[in-house]
Amino acid sequence: MTIIEERAEQWRADLRGSMKAKERTDIPRVHMPELDAEYRSHSRLEEVNLGLTAEMAMLEAKRCLDCANPTCMEGCPVGIYIPKFVKHIEKGEFLEAAKTLKETSALPAVCGRVCPQEKQCEERCIHLKMKKESVAIGHLERFAADYERESGNISVPEVATANNIKIAAVGSGPAGLAFAGDMAKLGYEVVVFEALHEIGGVLKYGIPEFRLPNEIVDVEIQNLQAMGVHFVTNCVVGKTISIQDLEDDGYKGIFVASGAGLPRFMNIKGENLVGVMSSNEYLTRVNLMDAASEDSDTPVFKGKKVAIIGGGNTAMDSVRTARRLGADRAMIVYRRSESEMPARLEEVKHAKEEGIEFWTLHNPIEYIGNEQGRVTHMLLQVMTLGEPDESGRRSPIEIPGKTELVEVDEVVVSVGVSPNPLIPQSVQGLEVTKWGTVVVNNDTMQSAVPIIFAGGDIVRGGATVILAMGDGRKAAKAMDEWINSKK
Amino acid sequence: MNKILSKEYFSANVVKFEVEAPLIAKARKAGHFVILKVGAKGERIPLTIADADLQKGTITLVIQKMGVSSSKLCALEAGDYITDMVGPLGRATHIENFGTVICACGGVGTAPMMPIVAALKQAGNRVITVLAARNKDLIILEEQMRNLSDEVIVMTDDGSYGTQGLVTNGVESVINREKVDLCVTIGPAIMMKFVSILTKKYEVPTLASLNTIMVDGTGMCGACRVSVGGKTKFVCVDGPEFDAHQVDFDEMLMRLGGYRDIEREEMAEYSKR
Repeated sequence: MTIIEERAEQWRADLRGSMKAKERTDIPRVHMPELDAEYRSHSRLEEVNLGLTAEMAMLEAKRCLDCANPTCMEGCPVGIYIPKFVKHIEKGEFLEAAKTLKETSALPAVCGRVCPQEKQCEERCIHLKMKKESVAIGHLERFAADYERESGNISVPEVATANNIKIAAVGSGPAGLAFAGDMAKLGYEVVVFEALHEIGGVLKYGIPEFRLPNEIVDVEIQNLQAMGVHFVTNCVVGKTISIQDLEDDGYKGIFVASGAGLPRFMNIKGENLVGVMSSNEYLTRVNLMDAASEDSDTPVFKGKKVAIIGGGNTAMDSVRTARRLGADRAMIVYRRSESEMPARLEEVKHAKEEGIEFWTLHNPIEYIGNEQGRVTHMLLQVMTLGEPDESGRRSPIEIPGKTELVEVDEVVVSVGVSPNPLIPQSVQGLEVTKWGTVVVNNDTMQSAVPIIFAGGDIVRGGATVILAMGDGRKAAKAMDEWINSKK
Repeated sequence: MNKILSKEYFSANVVKFEVEAPLIAKARKAGHFVILKVGAKGERIPLTIADADLQKGTITLVIQKMGVSSSKLCALEAGDYITDMVGPLGRATHIENFGTVICACGGVGTAPMMPIVAALKQAGNRVITVLAARNKDLIILEEQMRNLSDEVIVMTDDGSYGTQGLVTNGVESVINREKVDLCVTIGPAIMMKFVSILTKKYEVPTLASLNTIMVDGTGMCGACRVSVGGKTKFVCVDGPEFDAHQVDFDEMLMRLGGYRDIEREEMAEYSKR
């Protein structure tokens, strides 16, 4: 059924007719209930956003006008049938809503939490044109996915008859999982290879529990397993086994989604002092290795005066983690002003509520340590804003001679990541940019080596969960067509 | 999960394991390492591979009991499983016929040196291995090294075996008597530092295999970073072997000690259990 045919179905038409558009748009947008800021800033594991109640979700769903031309869907990288799932919620058919989400998204409970909806689906909502707040599509997505999980009636998407064609995904992050889900639905035998000991990639090692509990990721992974997807952990493709090994083993297509696994540093004096680390290291210790728990063997510094360098979502995750691990002062140091920050508004808001200090228009130029080599101070250059640069954001300029020395006992550098070099290093003929990203055809995600498709941060550098998932879906569709065209 | 097939004690605190890992055994080359983890809440620790048996599908690891994680590993017995193990990681040793090569090993550093000695020998080098340890009990794999090398020089700090002196005394005695084309050193960072200072004086090119703190071991975290020739390098993906004369060993030593206080507390806690 097409989107138009679905919209024309009786139940949708009845629902639309049950309420005037004006009444719908007059309903104020729902507020996501959240934990008290002071309480949560000391609670490492509890999720900040608590989720909508059924009543809240049904009321919010009423706000959606079920547009004839749902522009919101154009804003979704994985093309979720947004009006359909929202209208199921309005009718109280929550399990149906969840099923709709899963038609196109392998990880709805994840996306409902970490997608920047305000820049995607919600940005295209018709309400904005009427000077109203957009429908809270992200909150509703989370509600439906959570409802299904908590109901114990988790539906497993329909899988086509097995075609006995083996295909591989390299990396079990959002791109790999989205790809695996779509290929399994098409009847392929999918094996996902993961270098770490846990499945989920950045969803596990990167995003903290208070924003995305690991348990939720695990349920989505179990769902993929129920669809027949196999996972192999502790296996580095390019090291443990090669792409050639996979081909020799009968794999007919390989999707490389090995992520942005190389943290960037600023190459300034003192950056290798003890207590200075990448956000990847900090978050991996805390999230993947559970280092802050008593029973974990992995150590982590619990600094009292912690500076995080950077203004992205990873910086916000790191600074809020530092606060939760007991930092009295947890500081964001960012060289531009707050309006240029790439982090989601919600993350910035939450961080501020939790007492995070924002040192905008400051940039570290040196770290100073004690005799043991432990960092004790950072020297910050004060900045101002100049003309817009190639990113369209106003570029930061140093104010000559204006610096500040700030006491710190831990510094987390969160200024971006580069693609993981392992696959590009180990595959001959792969076209790679000067930044180390794999070059692919933008429509098909196919690389210069036909059997290899790629997506997510290994192609994009550093992007979002949902863009990675979009790549995974696109690659799945194109790989299926490519494999069929060879028959 | 990787099964331990055999366990052997080299000394009270040094254990040799043969571990089932067919894919790693097949893919590994001299110089490669693995990352392993014992228990669900275990720490990920790097260990350089000492040997592999393709037929049995096993790799050999030699571990010295130091802190909590190595103690947990050493407490495992044949038949037990290592919870997680991944590899081979890092870049393999660059092997060619250099001429005469000194392989300077300190303590358990002897184990990861074994495949390098074997590969160098196979490539046609004259290999002189210097085995050094505090005392006789800590000299390991002597017989195997004698079988692989052209000559083995044993040095102990206390003179309880071989010649009394440090690894550097052994290396220097060779440099003083013949032309040496390359030195490879594996051992504690402080030992490699002094080997490096010595060979720099004599202008003998030297490779050091660094064993830094790591978490993922695939380039993701940067915990293992070292300064080499003034540039920051990641031991896990750029190494583990580097031109020793370019390595900032003082910085490396400082970084290795970064978690010492936490580790000491954890070890005290573990010993009580």
